[in-house]
Order: sequence, then C-alpha cells, then structure tokens
Amino acid sequence: MNITVQYFAMLREQAGIGQETVTTDATSPQVLYKELADKHGFTLDGDILKVALNSEFSSMSDPLKDGDTIVFIPPVAGG
Amino acid sequence: MTLSGNRMFTISSDPIDTPALRESLGNPGAGAIVVFEGCVRNHNEGKSVESLEYEAFSELAEKEGKRILDEAQSMYDILGVLAVHRVGHLAIGDTAVWVGAFAPHRDEAFKACRHVIDELKQRLPIWKKEHYTDGDAQWVNCRHCHAEIH
Repeated sequence: MNITVQYFAMLREQAGIGQETVTTDATSPQVLYKELADKHGFTLDGDILKVALNSEFSSMSDPLKDGDTIVFIPPVAGG
Repeated sequence: MTLSGNRMFTISSDPIDTPALRESLGNPGAGAIVVFEGCVRNHNEGKSVESLEYEAFSELAEKEGKRILDEAQSMYDILGVLAVHRVGHLAIGDTAVWVGAFAPHRDEAFKACRHVIDELKQRLPIWKKEHYTDGDAQWVNCRHCHAEIH
C-alpha cells in the first residue's frame, strides 16, 4: 500500500524533505516509523512520538490503509 | 480570520495585531477582559537566545486549537475567547501567542485564559527551534529524547 508521510520540525530536517509517498507493508504507524527511521537516520525515539492519521490524532498501534496520510509528531513546544 | 460564534483560533505567519484583537473582544455584557501575550525571551535553560523559529502542522493545530477554545467555553462562564499562534522566524520581544477571554466577571475570564494557554502549549502540533547567540540551534524539547545510537 501507498502512504503519504508529511514531516515537520526535526523530522523534516533529518529527512531533508517535507513530504514523500512510501510503499510499505507496515501494519501500524509504530512499524512504519521504524522503517522510516532506518531510511532517513531519524534520531528521535519512536516511543516519544505522537501520530496523526489523515489530520486527526491517532494511535501508534492503529492500522494503516492504502492512501492514508500520516504525520509523526515530535514533542511539541508551542507558546 | 473567521469568527465562529465568539471563539476563533488562528495560526498566523504574519505578526500578531494585538490592538486589533483586543478591539474585537468588545462586548456590552463583558465586565472583564483578560489577555495573555506570550513573547520571545532572550534566554532559555542557561543559553542566550537570538531568535525563535516556529513551525506548525497547521491543519491539525487549527482543529485542536478550536477544540481547546470550545472546552474553555463549556467549562467557564465566559462570553467568548480568541487565540492566535504565530509561525515563522521571530525576534526577541515578538508576540508568539495571544489569548483573550471576555466574561461578565473577572474570575471566569482569568480561569478561561489560563486554561487555554496551558492547553495550547501542551497539545498543539507546533514546534520551536531556538537560535542561540553562539550560532548553535536546537529544537526545544527534543534535546533529551534521542534514541540510543547502537
């Protein structure tokens, strides 16, 4: 299946891109993050990330489906 | 900016127009207006800061910001509450976030304003990178959360 991944902040800098579409068999965001971390050399631990699927907060263990857009959310620092 | 009821949350890449926002809080039933402005300061955790760069996942940040304002409206006896968060490169002293609550009485306006700023800081998908006077730069809150390098 194809998943669109958008990157922000530290992940955007480490990936060197803001967005990509990946073909994957990952069953959850958690599994997908491990694949992407290997590919891009992300230094953030997956355990401290939150995730959004299709622009809504989601869980790192939720199922993924073809065409989803995913955003991994590093620790936030608004304000 | 669109006013939805008496609540509005916006992510802005332009400087926050605080006088215009303050003006928009006018309401004949309001006996209290509480405004919070968060601004860029020149130091953090012992380091001298030159500027800040804010980045947002705007689509989700605007949804979550609106949810926070809706919560405040349901929790406190207020007439309305507005908030704006900046993105982009900000200099020392620039307004990074603005919250204004208006209510018949001051206690509820203070509480609603406090609730909104505290929740915005914890929940919005917004990140800031500190640029230091020594030339270094760092994403805030990511300093201590690197994976072990094996």
